Amino acid sequence: MTDLKKTPLFDLHETLGAKMVPFTGYLMPVQYPLGVMKEHVQTRTHAGLFDVSHMGQVIVRAKSGTQADAALALEGLVPMDILGLGVDRQRYAYFTNENGGILDDLMIANRGDHLFLVVNAACKQADIAHMRTHLSDTCTVEELEDRALIALQGPAAQDAMATLTNATSEMKFMDVANVNLMGVDCWVSRSGYTGEDGYEISVPTSHVEELTKALLALDAVEPIGLGARDSLRLEAGLCLYGNDIDVETTPIEANLTWAIQKVRRNGGARAGGFPGAEKILDHIENGAPRRRVGLRPDGRAPMRDGTQLFADGTSDNSIGIITSGGFGPTVEGPVSMGYLPQDLAKVDQEVFAEVRGKRMSARVVALPFTPANFKR
Amino acid sequence: MKYTEEHEWLRLEDGIVVVGITEHATEALGEIVFVELPETPIDVSKDDDVVVIESVKAASDILAPLDGEIIEVNSILIENPALVNEDPLGTAWFFKMKLKDDGELDGLLDEDAYKELIS
Repeated sequence: MTDLKKTPLFDLHETLGAKMVPFTGYLMPVQYPLGVMKEHVQTRTHAGLFDVSHMGQVIVRAKSGTQADAALALEGLVPMDILGLGVDRQRYAYFTNENGGILDDLMIANRGDHLFLVVNAACKQADIAHMRTHLSDTCTVEELEDRALIALQGPAAQDAMATLTNATSEMKFMDVANVNLMGVDCWVSRSGYTGEDGYEISVPTSHVEELTKALLALDAVEPIGLGARDSLRLEAGLCLYGNDIDVETTPIEANLTWAIQKVRRNGGARAGGFPGAEKILDHIENGAPRRRVGLRPDGRAPMRDGTQLFADGTSDNSIGIITSGGFGPTVEGPVSMGYLPQDLAKVDQEVFAEVRGKRMSARVVALPFTPANFKR
Repeated sequence: MKYTEEHEWLRLEDGIVVVGITEHATEALGEIVFVELPETPIDVSKDDDVVVIESVKAASDILAPLDGEIIEVNSILIENPALVNEDPLGTAWFFKMKLKDDGELDGLLDEDAYKELIS
């Protein structure tokens, strides 16, 4: 336990009565006294505040001083259009490896004179080393250790932010902006990991507790732990790195092809040029052997990650696996995501999961399980 | 009322033992979202897995507290698993069993011993 790190909000979590658990090297709040189910519903109906300070915040800056040089350099590591990413805009991305697998997924924002990246906590050291190895000729890669990150999510998020600033209400989904909150320069994006409207706020460590307390003082805002964060993202059909995507899954298998812009695909002006391009572009052209799908169990039993999938009630050969699963409080039933062979990865397909030695039926459904509620 | 170290309670009513889980257990588990009960009647041995409960966090087994026969289950919990959180010591009992030897109840924890266990 002594090796576990604490975020700058650790003391506040304790004061709020959070149950703290180890998570990717940090002691993080898994739930508050409200409980996972009510925290989930709170975020869908009002607003929830999440401490995500464990995530990595990284600045990539061109040594030449020309932003396009940094964008083009980063395009050597991700299959996204970074050169075409507008100023004050953010984009979902992933680092790929030579086999076409996914090293991590991340957000990339164009903040004018630099690129701002938010990466997963468990991968941040590897991501930074990866970027330094491949980008150092042209870019500096700086990990920000003096900034915390919080997320305010839910339909009441806009009004909650409006109590502190008039600069965020007009932002659209995936816009980013420098916003002065309580006298401090914050970097705000209109994005999140819940399927709801909301913001992610990078704030200097010295001021995060004050800002968090101000937001929590509002009637519509409650603190939300990792438990509800997981059920919210699962209902939203969003991948958890290490569960739903990893070095063994190509982006096409992971059903994340939408994140690869045309300019990086065959026929595009900057086609390929990222690790694993040959395999990834081949999967786009010719299909992948398997695909990530949404699954609704027919019964009430949750089908959790690691559960094997079968074509019928008796056959011995597993055809796939569940990578995330649990109870969806908004769906009011069990929900799962997993991988199936391409020919079975179609809506309404019946498959069987082996739960505690028993075969239980489930059906492929379209993702997300709950409609996204973004400010477009 | 008697208790097990697995956080079950047992209440003897007219020669039949009613079994549920303690409030302490439900607080640790979080909101219960799924309950799977055995077909009855069924002979069980102490520590057999007899009930599966799943919370928002994870799946857990409830064990047979002693040797005997489960003669009735509380099917309401299948439709309303949340009742386990709302009324764990009352209407959310899990099963009723006839013990092979009622005398074995004496070997379980009494209320003071259980309170000490969870303190």
